[in-house]
Amino acid sequence: MTSAALDVDSVRADFPILKQQIHGRPLVYLDSGASAQKPEVVIQAVSDYYRRDHSNVHRAVHTLSQRATAAYEAVREKVCTLLNAARTSEIIYVSGTTAAINLVAQTYGRANLSVGSEVLVTEMEHHANIVPWQIACELSGATLKVVPFHDNGVLDLEQYRTMLSDDTRIVAVTHISNTLGTINPMTEMIRLAHDAGAVVLVDGAQAVPHMTVDVQALDCDFYAFSAHKLYGPTGFGILYGKESLLEAMPPWQGGGDMIKQVRFAQTTYNDLPYKFEAGTPHIAGAVGLGAAIDYVSGHGLGQIAAHERALLNYAQAQASAVSGLQVFGTAPDKAAVLSFELDGIHAHDVGTVLDHEGIAVRAGHHCAMPVMEHFGVAATVRASFGMYNNYDDVDALFAGIARTKDLMSA
Amino acid sequence: MTDLRELYQAVILDHNRNPRNFRMAQCHNHKAQGVNPLCGDEVQIYLQLNEAGIIEDISFQGRGCAISTASASIMTETLKGRSADEADTYFSAFHQLVTGEGGRAAAELDFSKLDVLGGVAAYPARVKCATLAWHTVQAALHQNNEKITTE
Ligand SMILES: Cc1ncc(COP(=O)(O)O)c(C=O)c1O
Repeated sequence: MTSAALDVDSVRADFPILKQQIHGRPLVYLDSGASAQKPEVVIQAVSDYYRRDHSNVHRAVHTLSQRATAAYEAVREKVCTLLNAARTSEIIYVSGTTAAINLVAQTYGRANLSVGSEVLVTEMEHHANIVPWQIACELSGATLKVVPFHDNGVLDLEQYRTMLSDDTRIVAVTHISNTLGTINPMTEMIRLAHDAGAVVLVDGAQAVPHMTVDVQALDCDFYAFSAHKLYGPTGFGILYGKESLLEAMPPWQGGGDMIKQVRFAQTTYNDLPYKFEAGTPHIAGAVGLGAAIDYVSGHGLGQIAAHERALLNYAQAQASAVSGLQVFGTAPDKAAVLSFELDGIHAHDVGTVLDHEGIAVRAGHHCAMPVMEHFGVAATVRASFGMYNNYDDVDALFAGIARTKDLMSA
Repeated sequence: MTDLRELYQAVILDHNRNPRNFRMAQCHNHKAQGVNPLCGDEVQIYLQLNEAGIIEDISFQGRGCAISTASASIMTETLKGRSADEADTYFSAFHQLVTGEGGRAAAELDFSKLDVLGGVAAYPARVKCATLAWHTVQAALHQNNEKITTE
């Protein structure tokens, strides 16, 4: 890792998609929170894999299958290093954060939840970290409890403390809020949950691209993220789980690869991590994630985080000077996200005008309807930053906001 | 900016700021709720149909973008006093207008107010905003008290 500041111009040059015009304007991509763009090295890795090495994994003695398997499994090591997990058997390949959370809800949840037990989530979760728990609670008779946040977007830790009890089995919480940008105090929350005897699943979808994550230092029990938000392919992601927990959990989906021996009398399941990896996986997804991890690590997550924080500060300073602009989420510990509303102008209209200026933002509820409800709005505009964004992008955003106000008040 | 002004014409901005018939009808015998799950927009439509099947009163409430609010507002002005059958005819003609699939609406239809929404055709992502209220009227007329969504 280098300690020099991120060279954003060279980073930008690595992303072919950024070199285009939208409605005659240079593309300003401020929707990395929804999905990040892909550097050439990731596109190339996926393409090379299909051109040279593709076959099914773990299945055949021929050369291509050996190569595909080697490339696929090598990525487990990279993920292990990225998250500082203790061993590769704790790295489960899944299709994304959503699948990772559903896996835990359906296996650990089903085995450990019953009438009288409780699952804690927070008010700022993405729907992917709410609905799987609602389903698990409905099936088991357990109760879902919701930890609220303060109006500035900081979790109410007092409430969290009082809501934790002997009945709490699982705490499922986002590391960084996709709507508010809040970085939650994970270490403390995990310690408190463990004191109460609960396990903790951390939704890291928005954290892994923006900060260094160390699952052993956090001492979390499960950690989930998606490759596509980390400049990798869609349809691929990671579930980290502590080995002892994963060992004890029943499998989720059944099929090929997750078994040792199939007999109609009895089937024996495969060892970790394969026990949770039924069927032909997204091999190219893994290969692409490997390239993305190399790319991001080469630049340094610390450098990326510092750059994005500087952009966010710059954007927040400009936002505070715009009359009628309200920012949602002003936590002191915050990353890469600026959610806002313009007085009297619906988020969708803002999104359309900005798009016309070549600026891609998200307008809507960001799959976090409870957050919208907290603030009594139907939708917000969200600008989210990635490693390739620069100060010009932020300036373009605020020029676009000024034009939106102009147009909509005429 | 010129073509964006096609979408956000002054008339649309006016309807957005001062939506007509924006209230719950004093008395109504048909109603429906429409939501656009993509953006969380929602609209309630209230209709009073008389025995002859004529829409005597129509009003709406809810929250949405400028396009959906203006569309709902103009729709209520257009449909008041018309029959349920006419409402269907207007809806298909309006749908063609905002998707850019039709030519001009048939001469016997009064599109004097609706035409202003023709700019939506250039913004496929916004067609659902323009049609939400209309879909909801369909639900109110044909499957009373149903909740409908654009998805
Ligand atoms: C905080 C958070 N959790 C979960 C998800 C779901 O991720 P995916 O759709 O990749 O499964 C997202 C993506 O929007 C997210 O931001």
